[in-house]
Amino acid sequence: MTQWIEIGTLDDIPRLGSRVVRTAAGDIAVFRANDDEVFALDDRCPHKGGPLSQGIVHNKRVTCPLHNFVIELKSGEAVAPDQGCTRAHPTKVENGVVWLSLRQAAPAAAE
Amino acid sequence: MLEKINKQKLVVIGNGMAGIRTVETLLERAPDLYDITVFGSEPYGNYNRILLSPVLSGEKSVDDIMLNTEQWYDDNNISLRKGETVVMIDRRTCEVVTAEGARVPYDRLLIATGSNPIILPIPGKDLPGVIGFRDIHDVNSMVEASNSRKHAVVIGGGLLGLEAANGLMKRGMNVTVVHLLDCLMERQLDPVASGMLRKSLEERGMVFKMPAQTQAILGDDHVTAVRLADGSELPADLVVMAVGIRPNIEVARKAGIHCERGIVVSDTMQTYDGRIYAVGECVQHRRQTYGLVAPLFDQAKVCANQLAMKGFASYPGSVVSTKLKVTGIDLFSAGDFAPGADKEEVVMQDAARGVYKRIVLRDKKIVGAVLYGDTVDGPWYFQHLRDGTDISQMRERLVFGAANLGDGGHAGQNSAATMSDEAEICGCNGVCKGTIVKAIMEKKLFTIDDVRAHTKASSSCGSCTGLVEQVLAFTLGGDYSTAPKIKPMCKCTDHSHDDARRVIIEQQLKTIPDVMKFMDWKTDNGCHSCRPALNYYLLATWPGEYRDDQQSRYINERVHANIQKDGTYSVVPRMWGGVTTPGELRAIADVADKFKIPTVKVTGGQRIDLLGVKKEDLPAVWADLNDAGMVSGHAYAKGLRTVKTCVGSEWCRFGTQDSTGLGIKIEKFMWGSWTPAKVKLAVSGCPRNCAEATCKDVGVICVDSGYEIHFAGAAGLHIKGTEFLAKAATEDETLEVICALTQLYREQGWYLERMYKWCDRVGLDAIRKQVVDDMANRKALFGRFSYSQQFSQSDPWAERAQRGVDRNEFVPLAELELA
Ligand SMILES: Cc1cc2nc3c(=O)[nH]c(=O)nc-3n(C[C@H](O)[C@H](O)[C@H](O)COP(=O)(O)OP(=O)(O)OC[C@H]3O[C@@H](n4cnc5c(N)ncnc54)[C@H](O)[C@@H]3O)c2cc1C
Ligand code: SF4
Ligand code: SF4
Ligand code: FES
Repeated sequence: MTQWIEIGTLDDIPRLGSRVVRTAAGDIAVFRANDDEVFALDDRCPHKGGPLSQGIVHNKRVTCPLHNFVIELKSGEAVAPDQGCTRAHPTKVENGVVWLSLRQAAPAAAE
Repeated sequence: MLEKINKQKLVVIGNGMAGIRTVETLLERAPDLYDITVFGSEPYGNYNRILLSPVLSGEKSVDDIMLNTEQWYDDNNISLRKGETVVMIDRRTCEVVTAEGARVPYDRLLIATGSNPIILPIPGKDLPGVIGFRDIHDVNSMVEASNSRKHAVVIGGGLLGLEAANGLMKRGMNVTVVHLLDCLMERQLDPVASGMLRKSLEERGMVFKMPAQTQAILGDDHVTAVRLADGSELPADLVVMAVGIRPNIEVARKAGIHCERGIVVSDTMQTYDGRIYAVGECVQHRRQTYGLVAPLFDQAKVCANQLAMKGFASYPGSVVSTKLKVTGIDLFSAGDFAPGADKEEVVMQDAARGVYKRIVLRDKKIVGAVLYGDTVDGPWYFQHLRDGTDISQMRERLVFGAANLGDGGHAGQNSAATMSDEAEICGCNGVCKGTIVKAIMEKKLFTIDDVRAHTKASSSCGSCTGLVEQVLAFTLGGDYSTAPKIKPMCKCTDHSHDDARRVIIEQQLKTIPDVMKFMDWKTDNGCHSCRPALNYYLLATWPGEYRDDQQSRYINERVHANIQKDGTYSVVPRMWGGVTTPGELRAIADVADKFKIPTVKVTGGQRIDLLGVKKEDLPAVWADLNDAGMVSGHAYAKGLRTVKTCVGSEWCRFGTQDSTGLGIKIEKFMWGSWTPAKVKLAVSGCPRNCAEATCKDVGVICVDSGYEIHFAGAAGLHIKGTEFLAKAATEDETLEVICALTQLYREQGWYLERMYKWCDRVGLDAIRKQVVDDMANRKALFGRFSYSQQFSQSDPWAERAQRGVDRNEFVPLAELELA
């Protein structure tokens, strides 16, 4: 069952920008695309762990501030020629409120 | 404005390539500074020594290789004393003395005596028919011999020997090359390439005796044979000694000027006697001597700068590359390719095509390259070698050259088209592709001779003629396209930076989406590369009107601190002109303690860096620094960074002006301005230049009579000394020139294009004209700069720490307990 957590309002996140959600398991970067779609990724670049929340957002992608890996906001996949993937988390926006569902790091046996 | 100086006397000993290049450059920089006299032992004007090889082989005539006719000397009021040899320098009376006993006084002396061929000390070396290969006289003797005689022996299998052997063979002689080692051109080639070279020369009919040592030259009144150490004899009517060259330091040594292998010179090409300069093959610089023209031309440029009393260019030494000028053989070598434990190699051999490539790597960088059979990528490798490019990303494809690295463009395009603008095409004269293209476009050049005249490309050894022709063809649009190739800003658009800048003004566009819409951007909202560029262009074009788009700013400029590898930030408060106070230092120390800042470091720009600050602590750190009177140092900005100063006349015994005060004044006036890329300044109180002003974007050197303004230096990935811009009489004039210059750069520079690159692109003269010569324009530029400063001089730290600007940036959206 998906467990949704309310994390704030859409207005709290700048368009083509992002905000950070702190969790015990590390930061989550929450992005807002130009069309107000919201995405969430682990705030760690697959390259060398750069904080994706600090990158420039464009066309549903974000460019990592450290070495310019470009990451798809939806899947967390690096855009070729770069390779790697960061974990994406489901989000939804209802009446201007942003909800996040944390995908846990898979426990050893699961999936 | 410039004070009138009585003409000084410059005497040049040696009418060769380095000496005359120095004079040419000097005349460009300071046409009327000197009365110039040039002595040359040879009875000619100045000619291109490199092309003696094609003259020997009959591909060129002596007339073809003349560089400066006697008319040129006349036109430039140079007194040419050809056929006269200087035998003595009298340093006490400052005169040179010729073989005929004439004495000529000098204020400054330039020694450019080149080198002499080494003649082996073996029996028979003085026999008629034994010669070196150095000048027109030698070539004439060889041509004469080839007309009536049959057998030639060339001693030495290096570059010069092989070119001599090839020429003589072309003239119909039977040529045997005697070489001491078993590897031809061993200084430039590895054994494999050397073997391939030998094979193809043998196919043309050249005979090799190697390894073999020459023991004696036989003959009574003319050479008849050469005897080798193994006792065998080779018939010979002509013997060419090409075993090496020795710097010609005779006159210098006799005059007591310090010499080792060559005449020892400093980085400014001065000998131990400050009035006496030396350039060319006779020189020893940082323990190196050179035997190729490219480094000599570098030296000539520095020396001319010195003689022109403009700037303080210095010569850091050169890396050289070699090509063999034997028609039909393509050979390129550069750098260091001796095997070593710390080196790796990438080798490709295609025996069928006769192609061999060996690229030697160390620490992810190219340190050496040998190419045989296919040398079009030589300049490309050489560029990466000199730039120290990290090639780990392209390693697998490296041997296939530039065209195979993805950014090459359409298949079938020729190699010159795929070279980057910075790629060097003419190694001798250091001319890169961009310069040639620009000259072709701006000066409307159509022929290879035009290009030679305007850029000097292909005017020395001629190996790059093919490439220059390709550049001509593709720039003028052969069958490919007629439009000059424009470089798009990024993958989001086909338009160039210049297009965007122009359209913004013409169409009065004032937001990023408007620009993208008008210019048909291919992506919805650009990317990390075009958005910051457009944001800057709009900001620079519409000061006070355009609203800076934070989401189009790189993170550092968005949060006014520098992101570090672990996601923390570093904070650098401004220290005006590098001056601080006990109070500021105390406040910095307190901040470091309070926020447990792990590292406190002094930066290269004379300030203090607090490293490892957590993002959420930034506003509080700034608040404390603000309280002590400190503001952001913009150490993160594509904008004005620092003004480095020395202590100048306030403290230093050499100081001529208040360099510290001037630096502070400049910094206070210019801080906060955004520019295409970072701008670093420095002010030195005298030519000793303790603030290292001559490698900055803009540097001021104070002198007794005022302020010398230099610009377009770099000391990062690339190292480049500054160019002289102007001399100002007062601090205010200095400030005005610098601001005008910066404004021109702000208006013309492409985003991320450093000032030196911009200068390369638009040209030094064009900039000088607008900033120095055209007074009204200077004032207008200064006016526009000052106007835009009204809107930019608000401390971004105070805005955020005290007025809550962008608060969202610094606090998390939410903190979740569970996880
Ligand atoms: C056949 C040949 C092929 C070459 N090929 C290449 C090549 O492909 N690429 C390359 O980069 N380099 C090449 N070089 C080397 C290049 O030509 C030299 O590096 C360059 O010419 C050196 O310049 P310079 O001014 O130091 O000396 P020079 O050009 O030798 O000039 C010195 C001049 O000073 C005169 N002189 C000496 N002493 C006195 C005196 N006391 N009084 C008056 N005059 C004096 C000499 O007569 C001479 O004319 C080649 C050289 C030769 C000979
Ligand atoms: S540059 Fe000159 S004035 Fe400045 S500190 Fe050095 S020696 Fe003194
Ligand atoms: S030289 Fe500059 S970019 Fe390179 S590691 Fe040092 S601080 Fe970083
Ligand atoms: S850490 Fe993201 S690109 Fe290197």
